[in-house]
Parts: sequence; C-alpha cells; structure tokens
Amino acid sequence: MTPLVPVIVPLGAAALSLALGRQHTLRRILGVVALSVTLTSSVLLLLAVKDGSVVTVVVGDWPAPIGISIVVDLFSAIMLSVAALMLLAVFVYAIGSARTDDTTLFFHPVYLLLASGVSASFATGDLFNLFVAFEVTLVSSYVLITLGGSKPQVRHGTTYVVISLLASTLFVTAVGLIYAATGTVNMADLSSKLAEIDPALRDAIGVLFLVVFGIKAAIFPLFFWLPDSYPTAAAPVTAIFAGLLTKVGVYAIVRSQTLLFFQDSHSTLLLVLAGLTMTVGVLGAIAQDDVKRILSFHIVSQIGYMIFGLGLFTVAGLAATVFYIVHHIVIKTTLFMVGGLIEERTGTAALRRLGGMLHTSPFLAALFLIPALSLAGVPPLSGFVAKLTLIQSGLQVGAYVTVGVALFVSILTLFSMTKIWAGVFWGAPDEAPPLPEGLETTRPKLPPLMVGSTAALVGASLLFVVAAAPLYELGERAAGFLFDPGQYVEAVLGR
Amino acid sequence: MIVLVLALVVAVLYGAGTYLLFQRNLSRIVIGLALLTHGANLLLLLAGGRAGRPPIVGGGAGPAADPIPQALALTAIVITFGSTAFLLALAYRSWLLTRSDEVEDDVEDVRIATTTALREREAEEEIVVDEEAS
Repeated sequence: MTPLVPVIVPLGAAALSLALGRQHTLRRILGVVALSVTLTSSVLLLLAVKDGSVVTVVVGDWPAPIGISIVVDLFSAIMLSVAALMLLAVFVYAIGSARTDDTTLFFHPVYLLLASGVSASFATGDLFNLFVAFEVTLVSSYVLITLGGSKPQVRHGTTYVVISLLASTLFVTAVGLIYAATGTVNMADLSSKLAEIDPALRDAIGVLFLVVFGIKAAIFPLFFWLPDSYPTAAAPVTAIFAGLLTKVGVYAIVRSQTLLFFQDSHSTLLLVLAGLTMTVGVLGAIAQDDVKRILSFHIVSQIGYMIFGLGLFTVAGLAATVFYIVHHIVIKTTLFMVGGLIEERTGTAALRRLGGMLHTSPFLAALFLIPALSLAGVPPLSGFVAKLTLIQSGLQVGAYVTVGVALFVSILTLFSMTKIWAGVFWGAPDEAPPLPEGLETTRPKLPPLMVGSTAALVGASLLFVVAAAPLYELGERAAGFLFDPGQYVEAVLGR
Repeated sequence: MIVLVLALVVAVLYGAGTYLLFQRNLSRIVIGLALLTHGANLLLLLAGGRAGRPPIVGGGAGPAADPIPQALALTAIVITFGSTAFLLALAYRSWLLTRSDEVEDDVEDVRIATTTALREREAEEEIVVDEEAS
C-alpha cells in the first residue's frame, strides 16, 4: 500500500467536489467514499508497518536527500488512521448539520482539502514538505473557520489567520537557517547532520522549531489564539479542529524532538512548559461560561500532558504520549460534537442560558457524560489509562513536581466538567431563562446523522477501554521506534 | 559584500515587519506580515550560499548556484501570496462589517476583565464602608 493514497485521494475528491457544484447528493457520496478510502488505506498502512518496517516513497524519483521523501513509520500510521477515522465521523456529522451541508458550496471541497493536508503532515519525511502540508491544512482551516462570514467569525478568524501566518513565516525562517547550517531539509538526513554542527547553533534552531510547532500545538505561552478562535466556527468545524489541528502540531514536536533534536535525559524546558500549559489551560477553562470555550481551554490543558510524556525522553514516557494523543483526539472531537448537538437543540452554548437537559434529552446527557469523565481521567475510561501510564513513567524518571501538577490539574478538569454538567443538564427545564429574540432556533428533533456519528465515536472511545492493553502495546512499539531512529534513517536513505 | 547587504536587508525586513505586526490596525498588520514573509524568502535564498554564481542549467562549467533554496523560496512565495490575498479579503470583509480597521477586543475577555474590575471596586467600597463604620 503506497503511503500517498491518504494524501492524493482526498485531494482529488476535493477538486471533483468543487466541480460537482450544486449536486449535493453526489457530493455527499463522494466525500464519504473518499474519506472511507483514506481510512481503509491508512489502516492497511498501519498493518504493514506494525512489525517495525518503514514504508517510503520518493516523489518524482529523485534520490532521497534531494527529492521529497514520503515516510510512514508506526507512529505516522497510528496518527493517519486515527485522523482518518475522525475525518470520516465528523464529515457524516457535518452532512447532518444545517450550517455545513447544502447551505454552503465550499464546505465539502475545503474539508477534503483539509483531510489531504492533515494526512500529508503525518506522512512526510521532509521538513519543507511538512511546511507545505501545514499550509494546505491551514489555508483550508482559514476558509472553514470563517465559513458564513458573520461578524464574530471574521473578528476571531482574523486573529487565527494572523497568528498562523506568523507561525508559517517563522517556519520558513527556521527551514532557511537549518538549510544554511546543514545543506539539507530531509529529516532522516538531518538526523545525523544536525549532530555534527555547533551545539549552540543546534539548540537555537531547536528552540525556533519548538516555537513554530508550539504555536500550532497551542502550548504555553503560545496558546492565546486558540480559545479565541475555535468556538465561533460551525460545530463540525470546531470538532475537527479541536481533534486534529493542534495534534498535527504535537506530532511535529514529537517528530522533531526525537528525530532531529534528540536528548539523552529528560528535558527540563519541555517539562516546565508542560506543567504550565496544563495549569494555565485548566484555570482558563474554569473562568469561562460557554460550553465551547470551556472545552477549547481544555484542549490547551491536555496538550500539556502530551508534552509531559515527551519531555521525559524515555520509551515509557513516549508510549504514554502516543496513547494520550490517540485518546485525546477521539475524546475531544466527541465532546465538541456533543457541544454542537447542545447548541443545535437549544440555540445556545452559554451555561447561564441552559439547564434541565437531563429531562429533555437524556440520551445527549449520556453522550456527554462518558467522554467528559474520560477527559478528567475517571477509571475505567481511556483517559484514566492514558493518565496512569503517563504518571507512572513520570515517577520512574523522578519528575515529581510535574506529576503533582498533572494530578492536581486532573481534579480541576473534573471540576470544570461538573460545571458543564450542572449548568447544562441539571436543574428543571423551565428554570432556564428564555432565549433572546432572534435566537429561538430550538429543534425538537436532532438530525439522526449528527447523533449517530457522535454515538459511534462514544462507542469507539468505550472500545478503547476494552482494547487498552493492545493499544498501549502498539504505542509502546511506536515509541521504541521513535526512540531509536536508525531504522527510519536507513529506510529513507538506504544506508 | 553582496551577501552582507542582503543580510542587512533581511534584518530590516524582519524588524519593520515585527514593528507593524504589533499595531492595532489590520491594514498595518497585513503589510507587516508581507514584509516578514519577504524577509523569510530572502533568507531562504541566502541559505544557498554566495551570490553571483551561475544557474545550474546552462551556466557552463564551474560551481553553480544551489538550486534547492531557490525552489523552496519559489514555493514559499506562492504560498504566502495566496495566504496574504486571503487575509486581505478577510480584512476587507471586516471593514465592511464594522466600518473600522481596528482589531476589536475579544468579547469574553472583556466580560471577564470587567467582572474582576467590578469585584475589585466592590471590595474597595466595602473597605471604605467598614472604615466609616468604625
């Protein structure tokens, strides 16, 4: 199975979808088929690299350090598969939502373009190609976040576009500097060549890359754009952004820190950043009064946990990070989908306007409760497994302060989830104040496609509990290969 | 010599771009970003080594200019062109909606900032009342 399929199929489908124009039924079928093919090919790739082999393709048949290498190892394949699953689920959800289906001509093609960009980011083995993949993802996200063009969307979309463009410029700068220092942008080649240059220069370039990817991943102190811009977009858009976009940044951090700027012992810088990201994110969430904004701040907080596992620089820590990323992508996408359903049902996401939904829509309450408890890390859900492995590996290294912070932040996360629960689901239905004029878009029945795809993802997250051991083992193997990049380098360069 | 001049140009572009980025007017931010990306593209070109070497195709014998940074710079130029065009369209839309070029404060941030300010004022007033009572 060639690793180009998850990139090319959505890209071609995007062009076709644009050409189909107003034939909405055909477009829906096209999107579902294209994303199903992406998912199938990603899973096939995962099965192919499970034993530790690395699949590579050199685009245009140029030899490796000069041509663009597409490289899929186990970590890439895991990310590709989870991303493809989310892309498919949210696409079905979007078909059900009135804001993103036949009312706009641009959602379907741009969404498929986003899918292509995300897959390309995970599959590339070339630093400059990673920049291009980021740009494909970002340009699609610019369109999606301002879809509709209302005043708040333009206001918050502008912040998002400006900060993303700044990050891209810094990325080009970093690539220019790394090329000037080593004469290559191929990541496998850089892996050995970066070790030969002046350590001070290497550190400077490393920090610059951390800033670039840190903006994308929304780590402290570079996260301010995220809670500002995500909540205003349409529900399916926010769901897929929350699940995937910041994780593309986290993927890039993990890849660059393990392959390019490897360290033998734990990184104090990363551990401090992780602790601050967790704390500031969750404190921000507690101050908010809107379901989508609370959840957005939690993205920031959760990114801290992933950086924590990486900062330990042990196989166990990295394995926990891989597991955490997979768990988080599923849970966070689901939570935002439920948030969208709440909004769809009542016309608002503000806690002070909601209440009593436990009586009016008990099924929705169940759909929220499972991922919410999982996010906080309540046993036996996947969040518990993820946090447990993370904390165990933290204790092995002796990073007691960060472990303490992680545990404390978990309690605050639970508190913040109960705040949503109390505000949205508890209370008598008629206690909630009436909506202002013009906002009464209450729907007595929710679209079955939206509820169905959300329920399917909640089901998938429950499967995580059953399959936690084999999944963690898979993460551990991926971490082992990340920790020893010899095989990756050999597969790309052929030596 | 020429490399030094170009390096200085890169520095000036980054400096001016960063300064403009800190302004509150959207039009200035757009120009600032454009300057920054120009600086980055020039930096990419400079990463290819000395200026003045012939191109790799049809340049004759002797060392040729490194074509990879040129290819990278071309790609980066196309991408930044598209992104800047989108940002300009967004800025125009923003102007149509608000009739103002200034970037507004975030609504929720303002809410939280005013509630803290209100609480502080209330606390101060309570202290004053307590003092008067005693």
